[in-house]
Amino acid sequence: MALDSMQEIFDKILAENKPFWQVVRDTDVEERQVTAEASFEKMRVTWRAMLESVDTYRADRRSVSGLVGGDAQRMWDYAAARETLCGPYLQEVIATALCVAESNACMRRIVAAPTAGACGVLPAVLVPLFRRGSVDEEQIVRALYVSAGIGAVIGYRASISGASGGCQAEVGTAAAMAAGALVDLRGGTPEQIGHAAAMALKNLLGLVCDPVAGLVEVPCVKRNVIGAVNAVSAADMALAGIESRVPVDQVIDCMGAVGRRLPVELRETSLGGLAATPFGQSVKAGLEKERRA
Amino acid sequence: MLDIFDILGPVMVGPSSSHTAGAVRIGRMARALLGEEVLRADIGLHGSFAETGQGHGTDRALVAGLLGMKPDDLGIPESFLIAENRGLKFRFYTAHLREAHPNTAVLDVEGADGGKLCLQAASTGGGRIRVDRLDGVDVSFTGIFNTLVVRHQDVAGELSRILNELSVSGINIANMSLNRDRRGGDALTVVETDQKIPQDALERIRVLYGVLSATYYEKEAE
Repeated sequence: MALDSMQEIFDKILAENKPFWQVVRDTDVEERQVTAEASFEKMRVTWRAMLESVDTYRADRRSVSGLVGGDAQRMWDYAAARETLCGPYLQEVIATALCVAESNACMRRIVAAPTAGACGVLPAVLVPLFRRGSVDEEQIVRALYVSAGIGAVIGYRASISGASGGCQAEVGTAAAMAAGALVDLRGGTPEQIGHAAAMALKNLLGLVCDPVAGLVEVPCVKRNVIGAVNAVSAADMALAGIESRVPVDQVIDCMGAVGRRLPVELRETSLGGLAATPFGQSVKAGLEKERRA
Repeated sequence: MLDIFDILGPVMVGPSSSHTAGAVRIGRMARALLGEEVLRADIGLHGSFAETGQGHGTDRALVAGLLGMKPDDLGIPESFLIAENRGLKFRFYTAHLREAHPNTAVLDVEGADGGKLCLQAASTGGGRIRVDRLDGVDVSFTGIFNTLVVRHQDVAGELSRILNELSVSGINIANMSLNRDRRGGDALTVVETDQKIPQDALERIRVLYGVLSATYYEKEAE
């Protein structure tokens, strides 16, 4: 028993007459030899750590390089002062993605989902829904199983590390996980969950990993925003009945193949992309000077 | 397949699962396998650990691990100060290793009771680690199991005596390796177990004929 393809999850849902989340939970129960309750409680602890990563944000914290910090507060202040273009839910999604990703860069506690670099995406879409009372904790924990199932399939078939697959493997995977969770929370079908994950992943296909000075700061923090907003649009499309023309498992395999073809300069080595710009180089030189001092 | 809590998790202090969470685990592994409070540490950083380690807090994370912290400990950023208060002296240097994983650290540590240990480990992604060398002997284990490390003389029957002690305590073995640097010299046995190894079993192993020392890493609680 394993989660090797989305199709396998769909088949189990039919064969065992279980919802998506339960198929994933039962896999965990079997793999780790724990009770269903213990598994569920561990997921609840994971969720509460996500919530805490939002609640403990402080706008005055700065990252090691000084490049990251305070932007989530800017978004909140702006949204409080005037009507945003994107509206009440998305403005919270944007601010939350920034807040968790900034906290990560400032050495605060976060939940890697699937990685630390992409830790802002899932809380960004989930916490605002929870805070406004649209969903309760039990629903969220179930939705997290859905997202974990999607992430496990992607990790197995493709990759969830920037060093091997670029940012599409980190923020792209996080977006697919978040899109699936949202569809589940809104009562979508397993197929719609699959379409949402496929669309979210497709839309970030080819995204490179090019961190300035090798740090999980620039452009990582803001890429969490694009991952989260992309997840919301993919989920809404799926709930509207829009389908990914390319089946979800094929999209996942494709992401893995694209990742393998990405030049090493664009896979976390900081030799290309934004890291290689004059700005990126000057940040790197500044930090090296500081290190020698 | 992947553990779903490796996908949604670990809960950790940022910014990087490989450069921060993995580094804490490497330090913690060294402390556990030394088996005593660490007072001195020479820490070599190789590859990406050397290049971007400072920005990712890899240095502070390794020291935090040597102090016994786990990857979600909010004390990690302040580990240098905590080390000073607890009398742990450390120094970093850039290591140039051959054929090592890009995220590798080499730790030479010395304990309060005079014990010494040299551990080379890699952070292999997502906060997972792999110990590659221990006191000059090639090994390979990850800390996802409870791990017993026994240094013993290279004599016939030694392994069977060690395993017997585990067996009578009802402990199932997940993985195991026995390596030596040369015939008749010292040997190193690494046993990864499903169950926790109780203190009395450890004590019985320590006094077995030919055993030089036995240390134990207990896997992180769920």
